[in-house]
Amino acid sequence: MRVEEERGRAWGLLGEFETPDELLHAARLARAEGYRRMDAYTPFPIHGLSDAMGFRPTKLPLVVLAGAVIGCVAALGTMWFSATIHYPINVAGKPYASWPMFIPITFELTVLFAALAAVFGMLGMNGLPMPYHPVFNAPRFAFASRDRFFLCIESRDALFDPANTRAFLNRLGAREVVEVEE
Amino acid sequence: MSDVAGSGRRRGGPPVIEPGHTYASVTDKISSIVLSRRTPLFWVLGFFVSFLLAMGLLVAVSYLFAKGLGIWGINQPVEWAFDIINFVWWIGIGHAGTLISAILLLLRQEWRTSINRFAEAMTLFAVACAGLFPLIHLGRPWLAYWLFPYPNTMALWPQWRSPLVWDVFAVGTYATVSFLFWFVGLIPDLATLRDRARRKGFQIFYGMLAMGWRGSALHWHRYEMAYLLLAGLATPLVISVHTVVSFDFAVGIIPGWHSTIFPPYFVAGAIYAGFAMVLLLSIPLRKVYGLEDFITLRHLQNMAKVMLATGLVVGYGYVMEAFMAWYSANPFEKYMIVNRMKGPYAPAYWALMLCNIVAPQFLWFKRVRSSPPALWAIALIVSIGMWLERFVIIVVSLHRDFLPSAWGMYRPTGWDWTTFVGTIGLFLALMFLFIRFLPMISIFEMRTLVPEARPLGKEAVPDDSVADEPEPA
Repeated sequence: MRVEEERGRAWGLLGEFETPDELLHAARLARAEGYRRMDAYTPFPIHGLSDAMGFRPTKLPLVVLAGAVIGCVAALGTMWFSATIHYPINVAGKPYASWPMFIPITFELTVLFAALAAVFGMLGMNGLPMPYHPVFNAPRFAFASRDRFFLCIESRDALFDPANTRAFLNRLGAREVVEVEE
Repeated sequence: MSDVAGSGRRRGGPPVIEPGHTYASVTDKISSIVLSRRTPLFWVLGFFVSFLLAMGLLVAVSYLFAKGLGIWGINQPVEWAFDIINFVWWIGIGHAGTLISAILLLLRQEWRTSINRFAEAMTLFAVACAGLFPLIHLGRPWLAYWLFPYPNTMALWPQWRSPLVWDVFAVGTYATVSFLFWFVGLIPDLATLRDRARRKGFQIFYGMLAMGWRGSALHWHRYEMAYLLLAGLATPLVISVHTVVSFDFAVGIIPGWHSTIFPPYFVAGAIYAGFAMVLLLSIPLRKVYGLEDFITLRHLQNMAKVMLATGLVVGYGYVMEAFMAWYSANPFEKYMIVNRMKGPYAPAYWALMLCNIVAPQFLWFKRVRSSPPALWAIALIVSIGMWLERFVIIVVSLHRDFLPSAWGMYRPTGWDWTTFVGTIGLFLALMFLFIRFLPMISIFEMRTLVPEARPLGKEAVPDDSVADEPEPA
């Protein structure tokens, strides 16, 4: 009944599952049913869940590649510029642009920028740090970081209907279905 | 489920996790070490002693800054000694952490899971101790930023062709990437601690560090990719770092340094020393905290095997150095090896052979590999041996090079020793803080080792309608 009253304020419905298999099963069926605005919450990455949820491959590798290219070009460019244009010094008759000697630093900075891109790219795409999220309001959500598996169908989904969606989650075998407050 | 038990037990050896554990028991066991109000007496005593030693380092470094490098034993012709020996020793120790966390991840060695977290912490703290030495060895350490390329009024640039400048970039990158790798691995566990902490202060502390991690499937999707890419980046990085460190010597023309075998020989030595340190730390830790279920004999045996293999590579390096000294027919090279074997520092050379070549041979025996006290003793001997190796390479090569009139002796002073022992104190103090405040075993990765963590997979629900739909926003 409370569900009906607060329909406008509900963020979604959260179903709790006990095993990764149950969650995978539920995620597949929810997608087959036509739900799209949903997310699962699990204590560890589950093999096959991304497919079951229908996630596209992440673009993160491209971000990392961009970082690597920037690091490589910046390192080589700086060394080349300083050694040939800005402050050329003749050391033992060696060429100014003695590129083999520039490789170690170029390699290190390529790795550095790529690693920074991987970490900040991952955090940025995930929207972290995020101090508040409605799903934390669910009473048993702390178990998502211990031993329980949750599937949340969000209220912005076109098919979302408090009563039907709740019944649907129950049919999938959710141990408990709770409403997540905004 | 029977194949699952098999994958944990593989070929009859001890399992990577003792049977009977569940997600909840793994989580509770590891997080309770951190969240418990009771601090074990062993921790208090251990931290106190290491903190005292670290304070010794503070005194030694303060006095060094006040008086200058003259308080150390270095002089012509040995201008590099404890500072660079300790630098190489510490940075080598760090390498095992990256090897365990990155290379073994790529090789799908799942036994790495219970030791990677504290091995990575060990890497970070070892690199911190290592980085200290080149800095304090600068005559004017407050000008250390001159090593970086920055726009300056002197219009000067670092010398890009110098391995010492490469070192700055290699070690700086290594420290940064090691930290990122370690922290990214910690995020889900910090969320677990945030959710399980009872005290307000701890909830806020872990909550801020966890950055709002909620275990979302979409987040895990990107997280796993980021972690895999980081492992792929860290793998060539760790090899490059000790290669660059070895260039510090190999590019110089001193007999005993100018050798192409140095990069592989240094990298193998680094992994050797690092695994010795992981054993030195993990054997007491699993005992004191009752973690034998997670750090099983399987882990100790595997680490012993890695030590044996890298120890043999290092032994090959020693033999090759002697062989090349004879085969090159270069009188200076020849004298270098004779001087190592019979010169004033001969005891260091022979102790090194005993520690690094003879001691690990006991690891051929399964009984030794299965005995934690024996492994601990061998790891300690190897750690000492690896320190002696750097002493022999650096001091013994420098003290008698080309001209007998330029020969000299090196004797470490009390300040040299205080600084070295002080960094051991700093390292241990940081390790003690780490095991008290952060989970020393990766909780979320341990959950994946629990048998029921492996879903039956696609056959559970035959379904083909999901693949080509757009992703939810």
